[in-house]
Amino acid sequence: MKQIEECYQILKDPNGYVKRFKAESGRKVIGTFCSYAPEEIILAAGAHPFRLFGSGEKIRLAEAHLQSYCCSLVRGALEDALGGRLAFLDGVVFPHTCDSIQRLSDIWRLNVPACFHLDLILPVKLDTDGARQYMIDVLRRFRGELGEKLSVTISDEELRAAIRICNRIRAALTRIYALKGERPEILKGSVLYALVRAAMIMDRTRAASFLEEVAAEMEKESTSKAAAWPKKRIFLSGGVCNHPDIYTIIEEAGGEVVGDDFCTGSRYFSGLIDEKADPVTAIADRYLERVVCPAKHRGLTNRADHLVRLAREKQARGVIFFLLKFCDPHAFDYPYLKEALDQAGVPSMLLEVEDRLSADGQLRTRFEAFVEMI
Amino acid sequence: MAEKDEEKEKRKIKTVAKMKEIMTAYYIDAKTAGQTGKKVAWITSGGPVEPLIAMDVIPVYPENHGAMVGASKMGADLCGKAEAMGYSSDLCSYARADIACAPINGGPIGGLPRPDMLVCCNNICGTVMKWYEVQARFFKVPLFILDTPFCHTGFSAEAKRYVKGQINEYIAFLEKACGKRFDYDRIKEVGRLSVQGQRLWQEILDTAMNRPAPISAFDAFFHLALIVTLRGTQQTVDYYKMLLAEMRQRVSEGIGAVPREKYRLLWDNLPVWYRTKWLSEKFASHDACLVADTYTSAWCGALRYVDENDFLGSMAECHTRIYLNIGVDEMARQVIEMADKYDVDGIVMHSNRSCKPYSFGQYDIQRIIREQKGIPTLMIEADMVDERSFSEGQIETRIDAFIEVLKGKKS
Ligand code: SF4
Ligand code: SF4
Repeated sequence: MKQIEECYQILKDPNGYVKRFKAESGRKVIGTFCSYAPEEIILAAGAHPFRLFGSGEKIRLAEAHLQSYCCSLVRGALEDALGGRLAFLDGVVFPHTCDSIQRLSDIWRLNVPACFHLDLILPVKLDTDGARQYMIDVLRRFRGELGEKLSVTISDEELRAAIRICNRIRAALTRIYALKGERPEILKGSVLYALVRAAMIMDRTRAASFLEEVAAEMEKESTSKAAAWPKKRIFLSGGVCNHPDIYTIIEEAGGEVVGDDFCTGSRYFSGLIDEKADPVTAIADRYLERVVCPAKHRGLTNRADHLVRLAREKQARGVIFFLLKFCDPHAFDYPYLKEALDQAGVPSMLLEVEDRLSADGQLRTRFEAFVEMI
Repeated sequence: MAEKDEEKEKRKIKTVAKMKEIMTAYYIDAKTAGQTGKKVAWITSGGPVEPLIAMDVIPVYPENHGAMVGASKMGADLCGKAEAMGYSSDLCSYARADIACAPINGGPIGGLPRPDMLVCCNNICGTVMKWYEVQARFFKVPLFILDTPFCHTGFSAEAKRYVKGQINEYIAFLEKACGKRFDYDRIKEVGRLSVQGQRLWQEILDTAMNRPAPISAFDAFFHLALIVTLRGTQQTVDYYKMLLAEMRQRVSEGIGAVPREKYRLLWDNLPVWYRTKWLSEKFASHDACLVADTYTSAWCGALRYVDENDFLGSMAECHTRIYLNIGVDEMARQVIEMADKYDVDGIVMHSNRSCKPYSFGQYDIQRIIREQKGIPTLMIEADMVDERSFSEGQIETRIDAFIEVLKGKKS
């Protein structure tokens, strides 16, 4: 598919892509962290939301600000900013999530002066009326503050248009994931990764139509007769995944990824926004009701219920937990998620990654052993 | 030798015995709650304890328990057990130790009394919420979360409304859990005692402005237990009155916490519980006294926002704008304020692997202090409870070198 080639080009050099896009479109570029950044509002302001992951450069400058026991995502993003690799950003938005991002926001504000800085101090518990009201209030404030920084007023009409684009992206990715779950062999895991990732980086209008095209092509292909398919169905669980290679390694080990609950995966796009309701309220409701990130609270077993349900729905033979070292919220949830899977009879394995994948051979052996066992 | 003992005896804080008595009685009370029909709530150190006291619920502090685990040097063992349960060794060691204690009644006092409810305020970190979720699932008891939005650069009107609303939710939660009405008269009294206790605690810490300081941060770590645990009771007020009187007496007699106080230092972050004695002797051997710290003073920091005549009403602000729930630049400002107030020669920062919200940003605070005040700072890498992260040789060398720097500056 030609769309996939386009994706790969973008992912090869996301910063280069966005710089070109900025020059051509004249849009301001706003860096965001985490899947709780309300892209709809940024788009409605005429700006471009650009998700920051850290480019994986060796940590040198960030050493002077963050200890070694901080996750590679936070250290990596700061390293990029201090190294001048993000100089094209006009602003940056920090949604409040974990303790590490919280402090990164402070450190960034004090040390990266070139771009404007907005904190979005979301509620942490999401299951009360008071929290819902606060979420709405915070998003309203954000709408005003962002408009001020960009010298625009964000109208309801613009918000609705942005919601429609984001919904199209979400709906298309949902279709792609569903098809991948049904007929895993029609799309490689690394391609799935590339599609979601590109959606967080590229021009969103382009992303919407492009993902719809991919979904349509996949639908066509899925009508072909399914080949006898000996691979084992694997589901991935965790936070941020920056490693397309794991898909390939899993496939080579005899597995096939049929879904995930990553924040750089299904948590990013699950849940549509009501296009008819008051836009800010509708945006708030989506972020409140979407399956939570472990840094948020929505009941005591919300995440385990979700994971078990998804694993069953996707008929997963096993789950691989992919966790970033030093990531507290995910590490706290791991034992109970594993236990819930155990009780549901779904085997799982844990892979903890610092920033780079460990020597490929070792990982391959572990995956092979796991795939064989399940 | 006899003379030396006498000298040591003179320096001992006499009220310590009383403190041990109170804490023992308190833990017995809590451990026998099942027989006496009292309810027990587990609560985080930054949580609003006063409504519990007003409802006759016994508050229990897993963090205080974590400190006891650390001080009894049981941290490495219990943290290891938590790791065997699947909890990463990079998580907060208070949480790890407590989670490991629960199923086996482990730790220095044979486990904490079973909770009837859990009260978690996330003003100190996100860890406590995850930790209390684990315990709520384990004990199958209701959990109340007081969500205090982080104040990077200020406390917004929306956030204030949100937290205020939650104080009412908290009261409704307690009424349900206790099966009785909330006593609005009683909370006024408890609130008054709480404020009085906090003021006394501040006054006690402030005696360290004297030279020599009659009390050190190491003493404060110990005497802190009451303002955390039994804030809002007459007992705490009485105890701190005694302690304050003793400190004033020491000031008038010129008795210092350290025999020949020469260098005055400020401590940042939690104590290294399993090494307080070693560290205090190490610093004392260099004639250095830790005269203040950012940790124990957090329990009177809310005084600037409290309204004694509307205790419940001001609770939202008091609990949201605490030391750990503010931006790094504001923390630096407060550290500098303390450095001036206690007139310190240097700052010792504990980079604590366990506590990310307290430790990330320390390098910037260090830089700000250097730029604005030129005060030397020392960074020690350790962990508050898990002694596996403590490297004695390395830390000793660093302290010695730091004192050399101070010496150079003084002469
Ligand atoms: S949630 Fe985890 S991975 Fe994400 S920034 Fe926080 S600590 Fe890092
Ligand atoms: S030590 Fe830090 S991370 Fe642990 S409970 Fe206390 S504030 Fe939270």
